[in-house]
Amino acid sequence: MMTSYALIPFLPLAAFVINILFGRKYLKENAHWVSISAVAGSWVVAMMALVDVYSGAKINYDLYTWILSGGFKVSVGFLIDQLTVVMLIVVTTCSLLIHIYSVGYMHGDPGYYRFFSYLSLFTFSMLMLVMANNFLQLYFGWEGVGLCSYFLIGYYFDKKSASDAGKKAFIVNRFGDFGFGIGIFLIFLTFGNVYYEPVFSQAGSFADTTVNFLGFDVHLMTLIALLLFCGSIGKSAQMPLHVWLPDAMEGPTPVSALIHAATMVTAGVFLVARCSPIFSLSETALMVVALTGAITSLFAATIGLVQNDLKRIIAYSTISQLGYMFLACGVGAYTAGVFHLYTHAFFKALLFLCAGSVMHAMGGELNIQKMGNLKKYMPITYMTMLIASFSIAGIPGLAGFFSKDEILWLAYSGPSSVGKFVWLIGTLVAFLTAFYSFRLIFLTFHGSFRGTHEQEHHLHESPKSMTIPLMVLCVGAVAAGWVGIPHLVGGGAHFAEFMKPVLGHPEGHGTHAEEWMVMGISVLVGLAGIGLAYFMYILRPELPARISQQFAAIHKVLSNKYYVDELYDFIIIRPTIWIAKNVLIGVTDARIIEAIVNGVPSAIAAFSSGLRKVQTGLMQHYATIMATGILLIIAMMLLR
Amino acid sequence: MEQTINNTLGFPILSMLICWPLVGAAFILFINRTNEKAIKMVSLLFSVATFLLSILLFTHFDKSTHMMQFVERHAWIPYLNINYHLGLDGISVLFVLLSTLVTILCVLISWESVRMKIKEFFICLLVIEAAMIGVFCSLDFMLFYIFWEAMLIPMYLLIGVWGGPNRVYAAVKFFLFTLVGSVLMLVGIIVLYFYAGRTFNILELMTKAYPYKMQLMLFWAFFAAFAVKVPMFPVHTWLPDAHTEAPTAGSVILAAVLIKMGAYGFLRFSLPLLPDASRAMAPIMLALSVIAIIYGGIICLAQTDLKRLIAYSSVSHMGFVTLGIFALNTQGVEGGILQMLNHGIITGAMFLSVGIIYERTHTRVIADYGGVASVMPIYASLFIVFTFASVGLPATNGFVGEFLILLGGFKASQWAGVLSATGIIIGAGYMLWLYQRVFFMETSPKVAGLQDVSTRELITLLPMVILIFWIGIFPNTYLSFMHPTVQHLLERVNGGGAPAVAVNSIMQILK
Repeated sequence: MMTSYALIPFLPLAAFVINILFGRKYLKENAHWVSISAVAGSWVVAMMALVDVYSGAKINYDLYTWILSGGFKVSVGFLIDQLTVVMLIVVTTCSLLIHIYSVGYMHGDPGYYRFFSYLSLFTFSMLMLVMANNFLQLYFGWEGVGLCSYFLIGYYFDKKSASDAGKKAFIVNRFGDFGFGIGIFLIFLTFGNVYYEPVFSQAGSFADTTVNFLGFDVHLMTLIALLLFCGSIGKSAQMPLHVWLPDAMEGPTPVSALIHAATMVTAGVFLVARCSPIFSLSETALMVVALTGAITSLFAATIGLVQNDLKRIIAYSTISQLGYMFLACGVGAYTAGVFHLYTHAFFKALLFLCAGSVMHAMGGELNIQKMGNLKKYMPITYMTMLIASFSIAGIPGLAGFFSKDEILWLAYSGPSSVGKFVWLIGTLVAFLTAFYSFRLIFLTFHGSFRGTHEQEHHLHESPKSMTIPLMVLCVGAVAAGWVGIPHLVGGGAHFAEFMKPVLGHPEGHGTHAEEWMVMGISVLVGLAGIGLAYFMYILRPELPARISQQFAAIHKVLSNKYYVDELYDFIIIRPTIWIAKNVLIGVTDARIIEAIVNGVPSAIAAFSSGLRKVQTGLMQHYATIMATGILLIIAMMLLR
Repeated sequence: MEQTINNTLGFPILSMLICWPLVGAAFILFINRTNEKAIKMVSLLFSVATFLLSILLFTHFDKSTHMMQFVERHAWIPYLNINYHLGLDGISVLFVLLSTLVTILCVLISWESVRMKIKEFFICLLVIEAAMIGVFCSLDFMLFYIFWEAMLIPMYLLIGVWGGPNRVYAAVKFFLFTLVGSVLMLVGIIVLYFYAGRTFNILELMTKAYPYKMQLMLFWAFFAAFAVKVPMFPVHTWLPDAHTEAPTAGSVILAAVLIKMGAYGFLRFSLPLLPDASRAMAPIMLALSVIAIIYGGIICLAQTDLKRLIAYSSVSHMGFVTLGIFALNTQGVEGGILQMLNHGIITGAMFLSVGIIYERTHTRVIADYGGVASVMPIYASLFIVFTFASVGLPATNGFVGEFLILLGGFKASQWAGVLSATGIIIGAGYMLWLYQRVFFMETSPKVAGLQDVSTRELITLLPMVILIFWIGIFPNTYLSFMHPTVQHLLERVNGGGAPAVAVNSIMQILK
């Protein structure tokens, strides 16, 4: 039985190998069969794993020893517990549906086999990441998904913008991985081990340890937690490393849905949840996590308000929602964070796939200002996207409502010292989220069509291979939250119960009245956001332009994303290349080192050509020199 | 005292490995120079035969001991007590294999790209192979020195005769740099010889203890030779010129094997012979390594020449190797040795790849490229494997080496570990930028309509791809060769017991 779990990641790996080797020549338009059957197989085994874990099993075994050097030993191995299983369900389900969707979406693309092989490789890496039983394998999966992200963002590699975006994503992530890697070194040097189990069980004994790190005395667990969190910041696109995710929208839309919404970008949240035994030992680290999450979620939401690119709006929404998850983890409510990760996967993947469906109909158009009234032509896309938007806006009963409510409640009532503050931000973000989500809906699907006649002529609902995954995901966007209905409204909070052995169970301390109040406020702000969007884009469509004129400065800052990209270009990229060109090549290598290198031989040459002049060939000169020499020697002997 | 075990194979395998290429070279001498096909076939035949023979080392090496294996010993110049003394241990064995493999690939890659003086070219190549194997096998310091210098001449010719437009400058520069270093090493060897009682036997020399001051002087004398070869900052400037001007095979040998000899020298001589000095000088060596990593990486960002960029990336990558070696702990040293192998494979593969495309476009200017992935998809897929191996992606060999080195480096010095780790960011930066400019974006007119790799070229690159993943996924196959030897080496370096007052005072000054 044990070995069958290895099938979960290795089936997609096999599909990747088959497709990449034989896809171009032999499989061609049939490449998807290989990938889809593999991920379907993984899904089935993952379901079996769910049943096993639910009935109390905890699987932890090594497949083989990967690296062994002195006291350092690490294996490829699998840990399957409650947290892993939830991630397995999210990853395999989303991956399967998006594979199917891609059959329609990528139809006729010249790189069809390539696309499916990358999807399979991604699925493999992501599964290795969540199933790891040690930090190094986690890192393996972490870099693996980054690689696939690079390939898939830059899928249309002949476009400069796409290849730029892929490169940017990889390099920005490397900044995070830099900290992550050092975190792993510290873990090894502290625990003599990089396996989860011994590390987490011994973490408590280092609760009060301080170490000297680069000359500073710091609290060991805080240091490790924050270094690991660096990785999370990169992978989950939190400030200040969020800049790659909006650009990542250059990739094909199914990729945005799978990698840049549902799975890969949540790996950072998974990392924090997985390492909760370490994070929980450091109040400082938790506070940093909570504040990073809260600020990022507000920051991204404000940018989302004014963007006009369909996919970028959803991308900023993703950054914002990821911030929400970190906010939850930071107040100690890991369960709520993972719960939101799980519900978010469904409604956000759905939003992206709907966006893809819209693009399909609009011939690749992304500007929502040029859309309008699409509901007439694409009823299924419209309905599913509307439901997904209701879910993200936190309308009661839908998936997003339960997870968001749990986060806000635990932030408000939890022990965290910044809890109330992040609750406030979270509530504000809930308002903004509802507003920009419905701004998107109203501009895209309502009003009158603002595109070209040609585009209008082509408008059509997408094929079944695309709409069926939409409908399946829509069921998730509605019902995924029902496993975690809180006690307050008569539910059983099963999700939190299930996760308790891994993530603990944070209790909010507050009265029922307060709990009702928090819930009420979050629903109200959600409705207010929708209402305001309705007012501005349906009732008074001339209003937005006037507002943006009135507040031109703010509007400009927001639509330019706070100029963060420009800032990085100015303080990191340009100076580095300037130094490389003008200092290292121009001065150090050319003027200093080469001057010495070329200088020594020429000095010798100068010396010897000087010496050469002594050899005149005239007997008188030699005799004179000899005589002088003899005289000198005699003089020296006498003077002694 | 003599830490050797006899050759269990029943025939002198190491001598045969050194001789076969020479026999091949002699054979070619008698082939008419117009019969190019025969010349190439003989070279291929002999290089393949040598490789197949070297596989026996891989299968018959006893991984449970640090002692020298496959040992051969014959008196050579008894008057000076110089012996023909060969043997392999866990540090050297893999490099013999790398040398024999790389030679085959060099023969294959030169099949069509070398058009003039074909006979002399292949003779040079085979002589280089013999010298490379000799360097790694020698257990007699004088013998080592002879092979070490013998390597220079054919390499000098390779660059100076078959190189690019600026080849003579590059060849002379290469020759002078390495020669100056080697001469200082020779002085060091002679000093050791007299101090230890007239012996060049490396194993015997290792059992002696040397006064600290002498160790210090010798350390820097050896440093001159080894650091130039590695090359370490600041004596690296010959490398970009040599690489850029050398023919493909020359670049590959330079990158894959020749510059490994410097690091090998540190491991074989500096560390075990001069343990106290090595320990005392480790902070300086770590600092130089860190500078090389960052300096070499950043300078890559401003390169406009394909080969020059890869050459500078070698400076950065070899910085990792020396960092690992002078971390003086198991992970560092094992990572360093593995990374030497890795760098040989990855950078060797990159120069092979550059050769393949240079043959088609005759330009090394990065800006002339663009969109190669559209016209040469197989080539592009192979190159991306090398790119990501170079960037150190897990599942490739580059990751295992770099990870162990950084872990060891961090253990030895937090600063060294942290600063070097920035190398992984810079590395991703220049490699992906290079890949983008060459392979992605719109197809440039210079690459439009190029043929994808031929079967011969594919065969040349495939071994590297296989090794990249093999070492990346099952690194223990290779690491297990090193364990006892490295442990023994570190006991010698760290367990000296007599790290006198002088060491501490030097450390104090450095801090």
